[in-house]
Amino acid sequence: MTDTTQKAAAEVIPAAPVPAPASRGTRAWRGVTPWLFLIAPLALLVVFTYAPIVNMVAYSFTDWDGVSPELHYTGAENYREVFTRPDLFEVFWVSGYYLAASAVQTVLALYFATVLSFNVRFRNFFKGVLFFPYLINGVAIGFVFLYFFQDGGTLDSVLSLLGVKTDHAWLGTPVSANTSLAGVSVWRYLGLNFVLFLGAIQSIPGELYEAAELDGANRWHQFRYIIAPGIKPVLTLAVILSISGSLSVFEIPYIMTGGATGTETFVIQTVNLAFRFNKTGLASAAAIVLLLIILLVTWVQRRLVPDDKVDLV
Amino acid sequence: MTRRTVARTLVYLSLIAATLVVLLPLVVVLLTSLKSEKEMANTSGALELPDDLLNFHNYVTAFQDGEMLSAFTNTAIILLVSIGGTVLIGSMTAYAIDRFTFRFKKLVVALFLTAALVPGVTTQVATFQIVNSFGMFDSLWAPIALYMGTDIVSIYIFLQFVRSIPVSLDESARLDGANAFTIYRKIIFPLLKPAIATVVIVKGITVYNDFYIPFLYMPSEDLGVISTSLFRFRGPYAAHWEVISAGAVLVILPTLIVFLSLQRFIYNGFMRGATR
Repeated sequence: MTDTTQKAAAEVIPAAPVPAPASRGTRAWRGVTPWLFLIAPLALLVVFTYAPIVNMVAYSFTDWDGVSPELHYTGAENYREVFTRPDLFEVFWVSGYYLAASAVQTVLALYFATVLSFNVRFRNFFKGVLFFPYLINGVAIGFVFLYFFQDGGTLDSVLSLLGVKTDHAWLGTPVSANTSLAGVSVWRYLGLNFVLFLGAIQSIPGELYEAAELDGANRWHQFRYIIAPGIKPVLTLAVILSISGSLSVFEIPYIMTGGATGTETFVIQTVNLAFRFNKTGLASAAAIVLLLIILLVTWVQRRLVPDDKVDLV
Repeated sequence: MTRRTVARTLVYLSLIAATLVVLLPLVVVLLTSLKSEKEMANTSGALELPDDLLNFHNYVTAFQDGEMLSAFTNTAIILLVSIGGTVLIGSMTAYAIDRFTFRFKKLVVALFLTAALVPGVTTQVATFQIVNSFGMFDSLWAPIALYMGTDIVSIYIFLQFVRSIPVSLDESARLDGANAFTIYRKIIFPLLKPAIATVVIVKGITVYNDFYIPFLYMPSEDLGVISTSLFRFRGPYAAHWEVISAGAVLVILPTLIVFLSLQRFIYNGFMRGATR
């Protein structure tokens, strides 16, 4: 092991004088050194990421309530419940609203990134405006939009300014409420997608556009044949982020409606099961199902777009 | 008009529309926060200007009754400790992984890589039991430990930077008799400044805005952070939108100031954080 370290070092700077052979003490010390650096990070990683996963798998096969010392092994009963109890499985349909919203969000972000990558007046202003919502505190966003959708709030006032009188309770029915909340999530997260796309577009060398223009390509051609292929990796990343994001929505609906009127999402339900109804076993099973779905989606993406940046060593 | 002018006009119109959609909800909340209780009862329009643009009464109420001072203090403590810890842990991990060859290195790297794929929201059911068993539940240590222990993104960012530091620098220091810790402290760490800036900004904004972890782990009133204090504040003032708006503006304002002064770093930081 020590040999390889020295060999690697010698390869990097062949001209450097070879250090005197290390004594046995120094050699042992050398082997221990990386572990001294890694011990705290590894301990935290194991305790707060891997131990919970292992525990969660174990809990998911029991009827534990999270408090009592007593628990019974119940086999796959919790998993059966997650998939067959309609009120538990229903929350997956709510994710549909957020998935649809993230499709809209991706298209909008792509449009604005393309537009702002060309020469536009006040470009930095528009860029800042589009990105800023992503930085705002989720609770503050929740309150801003509670007032927005309020009876006689921002939205109603704007509509009446345009001559539309309405007393529609925006958060009153499941369809309207979920659509509104998904809209808020587009407002909040558009900025990140937009900045990712903009960065990718701007890393395309400018000469390509000039050459294309000389060849008579218009803006659409430039988008189709230069920009689109150039940002494909970032685009797939954005799609993955929005799928796993849509499945694990929590903040906006929890803050704005508390999960009422059919806006309960998978994570809200899991949190309620675990911490309000003390059904730790069932909640664990639900969380494992969500985790597996997200890992599956990520795996599919990695298969579709092999990412060479992933290998660390 | 040529086709190009029409297209240009449409582009600007779409940008202006987007600006309105983004800013209008925020501006209305700002206006509402400056209105008095009476104005709220009498006027019907949310878009109307307040009578007195310098009426900061609601801010005083929000700041005092929302216990914003203790919220900002708690948030500041958590920010300071968890960011400091993240920087140390991230840079040490990156240094160890990039500069040493050791047994089980592949396994260690795989452990960190796989952890990046596990979304934190899914595992809280069981993480809660572990945090609880350490006696950290309902203390500032819970969010601090979780923010420090589960941040893989910053390790990635540090790793990219450590790789770009030439190994010859380490070697020449070693010939001068420096040991691994001196090299880390005197050479690697100071050269990591750009990475540290990135991590501080990204992590800082994420921690400042986080609601889930403080909400789950710190139910005590006096342990409120920005997010949870604002959230609880809604209860007693449910119908007083002018005061709630003031609270929301108080929380958004620091973010706006940081954003305006550090724009460039923020764009780069979040881009690097997301694309890893």
